[in-house]
Amino acid sequence: MSSTTLAEHAHVDHGHAHDDHGHHHQPWYRQYLFSTDHKVIAKQFLLSSLIFLFVGGAFALFIRWQLAYPGKPVPVIGSMMPDTWVDAPGSGIITPEFYAQLLTMHGTVMIFFVIIPFAVGMFGNFCIPLMIGTDDMALPRLNMWSFWLIPPAGLIMMSAFWVEGGYAAAGWTSYPPLSASIGNPALKLNGQALWLISLFLVGFSSIMGAVNYVTTVLNKRAKGMKMFDMPLTVWALFITAIIITLGTPVLAAALAMLFMDNFLHTSFFLPDHLVTSQKYFGGGQPVLWQHLFWFYSHPAVYIMILPLMGIVSDVMATFSRKPIYGYKAMVFAIAGIAFLGFIVWGHHMFQSGMNPLLGTTFMLSTIVIAVPSSIKVFNWLGTLWRGNIKFSSAMLNALAFVSMFIIGGLSGVFMASAPVDIYIHDTYFIVAHIHYVLFGGSLFGIFAGIYYWYPKMFGKMLSETWGRRHFFWTFIFFNLTFFPMHVLGVGGHMRRIYDPNVYDFLKGMAGLNEFITIAAIGLGFSQLILVGNILWSLKNGRKAPRNPWRANTLEWAAPAHPGHGNFDRDITVYRGPYEYSVEGRDLDYWPQWEPGKSVTVDHHTIAVADDAGETKVFGAH
Amino acid sequence: MSAGLSLAHEPVSKIPNGKLAMWGFLGSELMFFTGFFGAFIVLRNANYDVFGEGSSHLNVWLALVNTFFLIGSSLTMALCIHNAEHGNRGKQQLFLGLTLLGALGFLVIKSIEYSDKWGHGYFPTQPHHTLFYSFYFIMTGFHALHVIAGMIPMVFMWLRGFSKEGYPHPLKLEVLGLYWHFVDLMWIFIFPALYLMIPYHGAAAAH
Repeated sequence: MSSTTLAEHAHVDHGHAHDDHGHHHQPWYRQYLFSTDHKVIAKQFLLSSLIFLFVGGAFALFIRWQLAYPGKPVPVIGSMMPDTWVDAPGSGIITPEFYAQLLTMHGTVMIFFVIIPFAVGMFGNFCIPLMIGTDDMALPRLNMWSFWLIPPAGLIMMSAFWVEGGYAAAGWTSYPPLSASIGNPALKLNGQALWLISLFLVGFSSIMGAVNYVTTVLNKRAKGMKMFDMPLTVWALFITAIIITLGTPVLAAALAMLFMDNFLHTSFFLPDHLVTSQKYFGGGQPVLWQHLFWFYSHPAVYIMILPLMGIVSDVMATFSRKPIYGYKAMVFAIAGIAFLGFIVWGHHMFQSGMNPLLGTTFMLSTIVIAVPSSIKVFNWLGTLWRGNIKFSSAMLNALAFVSMFIIGGLSGVFMASAPVDIYIHDTYFIVAHIHYVLFGGSLFGIFAGIYYWYPKMFGKMLSETWGRRHFFWTFIFFNLTFFPMHVLGVGGHMRRIYDPNVYDFLKGMAGLNEFITIAAIGLGFSQLILVGNILWSLKNGRKAPRNPWRANTLEWAAPAHPGHGNFDRDITVYRGPYEYSVEGRDLDYWPQWEPGKSVTVDHHTIAVADDAGETKVFGAH
Repeated sequence: MSAGLSLAHEPVSKIPNGKLAMWGFLGSELMFFTGFFGAFIVLRNANYDVFGEGSSHLNVWLALVNTFFLIGSSLTMALCIHNAEHGNRGKQQLFLGLTLLGALGFLVIKSIEYSDKWGHGYFPTQPHHTLFYSFYFIMTGFHALHVIAGMIPMVFMWLRGFSKEGYPHPLKLEVLGLYWHFVDLMWIFIFPALYLMIPYHGAAAAH
């Protein structure tokens, strides 16, 4: 295991860190491929996640086509689809086996190769060193490796295309016994085994990144920056990194055990009395996998949303020109969500056969999560209240994040309640919920972050016009796609079903399915605007100023397009990150790096005017 | 970047970066093995006799020798770090060499045990494999991988120590030491969990 990497690179000599700042000293592959510059690594995460976003999106559109028009050939590209995907060569009709693979791969790719690398990999890398005012991560080479495990992991996952049986097909949760592929001969790699290896690598990449983030935040903050002077983005990423450090290894252990079951025919997760053609030992417990899997994967949903909560907080404060409402409450809410996230995993298993008393315990702990979540929502609304709101593309996406998160959060409370969950379990209601939090929440948050930091990332401004167009089309098509799924779910439409027409009671909803599919196609194609905008602005965008949004946090003290080493001035932090619209000051922002007396008490600033010695007390609210 | 500007400063927490990161990584490693131990507890309680029967075929004495090898190598690692910090290069090399020897001895005995298990057909896909042996191989296997992973930088540091300037980074030695003590500690948990189901050993001897 690569603990060796960690040990070898553990100590970074500070004396060396500044010798090789000029990019021109290094060969091209060290500049663009194997760079240790956190900003280049962030761009690599951006690129790989964008590619996988379209891969995962394509899987989703195949799923939607099959649900709306079961048994009809896929239009346009149907005749080009590989023979293993269709029922007869060239027919373009998706087989049930391929449909199961689509469901699995859509979920896996979107979660492990899009949302987590975007939220943690890209923003973690880009924001943490810049926002705490330092030159790079604490362990830059470890950071490089944390990215370079992702491409091989993706290739291993995708290489299942050439394996007999195709991609993994047991769902992104991969419940055994199905995922143990009992019929498969031992020592033969199938799609599921490749899935397990791939996720093990992704997990390792996450852990290496997370350890690095924690170290960087604790050790490399600029002079004068206390923990409670950090922007909420950094706080959220810091706490997320702790979740990853403690949660991901448990998944890794479970993956290793399931790999043994799959590849070596052990029976960690296989019970007695399974009737199979192969000899196996039994004695294992399928539900044990669910416990181990959800012990990671429930905290993982907070890995996917907490960083975006931080980003949205920063975007909202900047574009409302107001201090974030209840800064410390926000930090404690993030910490509270992170802690509670570790004691609620059983709510995924109400229907798996659970002691009702234990079910009630998990139900209560889950519902309690609504408290810190509501604190966050109310504080965002409090930030907006009577603010001088600028509806930039970043702000629009941040507002969408909050509103969609409210819908997703409320449907979450429904299914947290065990009696309700028994009714809606495994229906499209769950699908609607997860997409309202993961797309409506995380992805809109990711868009907000991209629009907000693109100028610092590439030194160019993104086109606002196209940014808004992308936002509006995405927002409209998103709601048209996913809101009707609540209706499907309450109507009993199963979550994983190849052909809804086999049930009479689902036939009445065929029209709704068609409607959703058309909206989903629109949603997919709307994302081309984002990619087009990113590429077009790279060449034609207006040159970005140092601080285009007139924001307070330290990344805007760096040059417009910072090179290796980030800053061209000494950074000392004089105040908290949210001193917007301070009374008695000409500018409506007060950067953290700007010298000047200001004493922060509970984040209501007491500013001491330098000349007159006149003291003014500013309540933020 | 203008000349002379340096944002680098003393680590805020006063703990060097590498050491802090290693503590974080060890937290992660602890949770990794916790996954196996959690599953072990659940499945052992459900298959008490299968586990006891499996354990009775393990060689406690070899494992005990291995335990002393690992604890001994932890001690020599600590002595090596102590001498590195005081600049005693000769003793640093001696104790690092002894640590490597302990690790190597551990692996040799482990491979003797493994080949014995292979011979008796206890490996996965072999006829006498049981759920207990699934745990035996996954836990000791990952532990052995950790031993090997620790030996790689150790060999590198040891060989570098023979050069003219010696091994110049006592801090890296210390970080490796942290990791090495963790590997030792994990064995201290694995050893009793797998090998010391004494009542069953007695029953096997009576046969």
